[in-house]
Amino acid sequence: MKRILITFFSVCLLLSCSSDDGGTDINNNPTDGFDRQAMLTNWADNIIIPVYSDLNAKLGNIVNAKTNFIDHPTQAKLDNLRMAWQEAYKVWQHAEMFNVGLAESTNYIFQMNVYPTNVNDIESNIQSQNYDLGSVNNNDAVGFPAVEYMLYGLAETDSEILSFYTSSTNADNYKTYLSDLADRMKTLTQSLLDDWNNGFRDSFVANTENSATGSINLMVNDYIFYYEKGFRANKFGIPAGNFSPNPLPDRVEAFYKTDFSKTLALEGIDAIQNFFNGRAYNSSADAEGLKDYLDFLNTIKEGEDLSSLINNQFDEARQKINTLNESFAHQVETSNVAMTETFDVIQLAVVLLKVDMLQALDISVDFVDADGD
Amino acid sequence: MSIKTYFEKTTSSAPLAVFRIGFGVMMLISIIRFWSYGWIEKLYLKPQFHFSYYGFEWVKPIGDWTYFIFFICGLTAFFVALGLKYRLSIILFFLSFTYIELMDKTTYLNHYYFISILSFLMIFLPANAYFSLDNYFRQKQYTQIPKWTIDSIKLLLGIVYFYAGLAKINSDWLFKAMPLKIWLPSKYDLPFIGENLMQQEWFHYVMSWSGMLYDLSIPFLLLYKKTRVFAFVLVVFFHVFTRVLFPIGMFPYIMIVGSLVFFDAKVHLKIINFIQSLLRLFKIKSQNIPISSFQFPKQKIAVAFLMLFFVIQLLIPFRYVLYPGELFWREEGYRFSWRVMLMEKRGYANFKVVNPKDKTYFYVDNSDFLSSFQEKQMSTQPDFILEYAHFLGKYFKSQGHEPIEIYVESYVAINGRRSQAYIDPDVDLLKQYESLQPKSWILAFKDDIKGF
Repeated sequence: MKRILITFFSVCLLLSCSSDDGGTDINNNPTDGFDRQAMLTNWADNIIIPVYSDLNAKLGNIVNAKTNFIDHPTQAKLDNLRMAWQEAYKVWQHAEMFNVGLAESTNYIFQMNVYPTNVNDIESNIQSQNYDLGSVNNNDAVGFPAVEYMLYGLAETDSEILSFYTSSTNADNYKTYLSDLADRMKTLTQSLLDDWNNGFRDSFVANTENSATGSINLMVNDYIFYYEKGFRANKFGIPAGNFSPNPLPDRVEAFYKTDFSKTLALEGIDAIQNFFNGRAYNSSADAEGLKDYLDFLNTIKEGEDLSSLINNQFDEARQKINTLNESFAHQVETSNVAMTETFDVIQLAVVLLKVDMLQALDISVDFVDADGD
Repeated sequence: MSIKTYFEKTTSSAPLAVFRIGFGVMMLISIIRFWSYGWIEKLYLKPQFHFSYYGFEWVKPIGDWTYFIFFICGLTAFFVALGLKYRLSIILFFLSFTYIELMDKTTYLNHYYFISILSFLMIFLPANAYFSLDNYFRQKQYTQIPKWTIDSIKLLLGIVYFYAGLAKINSDWLFKAMPLKIWLPSKYDLPFIGENLMQQEWFHYVMSWSGMLYDLSIPFLLLYKKTRVFAFVLVVFFHVFTRVLFPIGMFPYIMIVGSLVFFDAKVHLKIINFIQSLLRLFKIKSQNIPISSFQFPKQKIAVAFLMLFFVIQLLIPFRYVLYPGELFWREEGYRFSWRVMLMEKRGYANFKVVNPKDKTYFYVDNSDFLSSFQEKQMSTQPDFILEYAHFLGKYFKSQGHEPIEIYVESYVAINGRRSQAYIDPDVDLLKQYESLQPKSWILAFKDDIKGF
């Protein structure tokens, strides 16, 4: 009896010492048929870091074009800066879904792409010249949408816009604000990239455990969150009025550039599908991704071919987006039905990702006690 | 042996005393653990909306005073362990613990329900008859108590195990090894067994079948003297193993400590001696207290009442037969039935707020109102979906949206099946009301799960 008790208590002691939230840090050489570390390595080395590098380079182009422009504002230099902004904004569509590490702790995404941008906040910042661009209150006065306003939204015509930087009494203030916006985006992205290159990549790849803080869980939750919120709701649902009694065409992405929303949305769906399939950012090389993970799990479960269902749904969404007007605001104003229909098609993949995929991967939403429903 | 003589039989009071101490200590640890994880705030204070049990809509968190309820619960658990003011303490424990559980059914766990009914049963048991502070203050102790009082705890434990075993006799569990086939491979990060054993299909089947056999047989193995030690080793192994695999909190330890009650008095006297020697380290010496003979007050009434209690316990898990359709899908009569670890169920519910006059609509962002945990539970259970729909109706009405109808587009997947539409998307949920009647607006489950 005593022996049983002693064994029991020592087992309990052992267990209570181990953390409640997840397992241990073994697993460098999985032998169960799917190499999770290879998936994380593929994500980090072939997708995330290349995306950030490219974004960082494209933001560097913005900074250069901006310096050129404020030095001596001309139409040609404005066009040049606008091109740089467009190129960088397209790359951004590949980066918005990654909200781990420094991106999460610095609220990176909220400093890069909150729209609609707040014109009043921007103007009052410009007037006062007293602002902290990193403040939460300025999330809607910074990033790509704010730069867009500065380049496309100040006035109706290009010559009027130029005059804000040349003849206006506040021209210097406008130049400074534009400059600060561009510099801030570059600085943030540079520090993110540095963090990935200096250690975070290794800890990210090493953390293969299945717990709330494991890399796979974090990424999958971010990915689904982005698909549902950043992609589905922000780009389509909110402007189409799916979350309000009436459509809100002024809530589209690229509202001032107008004919750019579709380009961005198409980049977005490509980024989403590429990540799912584990396709490299810089080439068409395919390596371990969620698709492969699901296929592997299916060999145990012999269930439906979930990865094909999801890919088909992404393809359908892309087709539907292709039928829309270049300007989503225009689409909402003229024929909102096409917009809501696109939303519905996008929505179907939410079910596949959130219900079927999460079930297959057995990824938990939360750390609470459970007895299995 | 007639029934009458059975109820006159007495036995040593030591097992019940040890059970009382174990129970009180485990509960105290549970409350401290719950508090230290910040779960009181996270689960009861942060959410702006709470899901109520039918008939208990008035039980809600009470702001910062919610901490006070937990404090009372922890304190009375400690008093129960000491055997101090036992009757009052166990009553207050039962009330505070049950109140906590009724505040939000999102957190429903079978083992919380088990604690509630066990503490209710303990109100009627003379668990402070021996080795308690009440003995010291009253200068009276009882070495013998009615045998049925200890047997009633064994019966309750037996019901929990046996019914949990019965529930495992279903085609998904036994012939598809579901949901273990989903859950076990995802434990790939366990040391030693994560990457090999956990990934093997045969192992999933072994676990399913042995789990079922374990639950069905363990009450009998514990009752029978010759198999008792073996059974207890099994209990320890099984619960420790499930603790490693699944986030089931304190439950395994509570069951391990609880099943000690099956051992005879000699073992418990040894445990009490052991506790006494521990106490001596703190210079607390035990005192000789005069022994009295125990008289159960109004035993006939208590026994009749507890018999009714047990009949209800035996019947409640079977109430699902009164409902149509698949139990796992509809969950009418699923709770309070010892159906543990039977389902991997995930869902998605997209609520649509419609103005029928203007023919306009919009969707609800659930994260505006619910925590992620609440949303997870809501999206797979019809009674949650209905209650949430009514909450949304009230909220949007107060925002000036009228006339208003609320619909839901929802999908649910069970045990590795592909997701299927769950709730009839054409039914205005504001026109449906919670009741014990079958819910006509749940869509049919397009498969068959056979069994209990």
